[in-house]
Amino acid sequence: MVEVRLPTLLRPHADGAASVGVEGSSVAEVLADLTRRHPGLEGQILDPAGTLHKFVNVYVNDDDVRYLDALDTKVSEGDVVSILPAVAGG
Amino acid sequence: MLRLTRDQYLRIVAHCYDGLPDEACGLLAGPVAGGAPTGEVAEVFPARNSDASARTYTVDGRDYLRADREAQALGAEIVGVWHSHTHTHAYPSPTDVRQAVDPTWFYVIVSLAQGDPVLRTYRIEGEAITEVATVVDG
Repeated sequence: MVEVRLPTLLRPHADGAASVGVEGSSVAEVLADLTRRHPGLEGQILDPAGTLHKFVNVYVNDDDVRYLDALDTKVSEGDVVSILPAVAGG
Repeated sequence: MLRLTRDQYLRIVAHCYDGLPDEACGLLAGPVAGGAPTGEVAEVFPARNSDASARTYTVDGRDYLRADREAQALGAEIVGVWHSHTHTHAYPSPTDVRQAVDPTWFYVIVSLAQGDPVLRTYRIEGEAITEVATVVDG
């Protein structure tokens, strides 16, 4: 089981859950299982091309997956995957 | 209404001055009830501006991750963001509106454009900007 932490923005799409336990051995599999359990998250994390939206950051434990193997980043039992919005302005 | 303690207010403003000449930014943590922040602030988390720019800011992702964890440990959530405007007034810029992520969040802007800092709070939903009263206790 891998814990996925959701930001407040996405919780309404996941029955209000702050975190969801999912299965998967890569970020792609984790996100696929997350979306299977909460179909309302479809399109919120990945764009239609299947890559991470630029306004979403995904971490495996402390590491931004963009600096690892992106969606192919390996995930192990007990890891925490955190999804956070990119916060920016001018 | 957004309610800051005097200490939180001073830490926000000090971080904005420390960031000069660039914009500075940070996150607000507080309780959420019924899906919306209550306006109480449990903690403020200064963050790095990964744009290192006087015109734009991006909250450093790892600083956000750390703040999110510390907020969780306090039983709180990230409920808003603050940033400084170094040369313009304390009102959301078109970039702020375009990039606003969460309509329930508090968007705090600290203007350093004139003598004294001016701190104001907004909600941003789509194109709509609504000012929220800011109270500093103590």
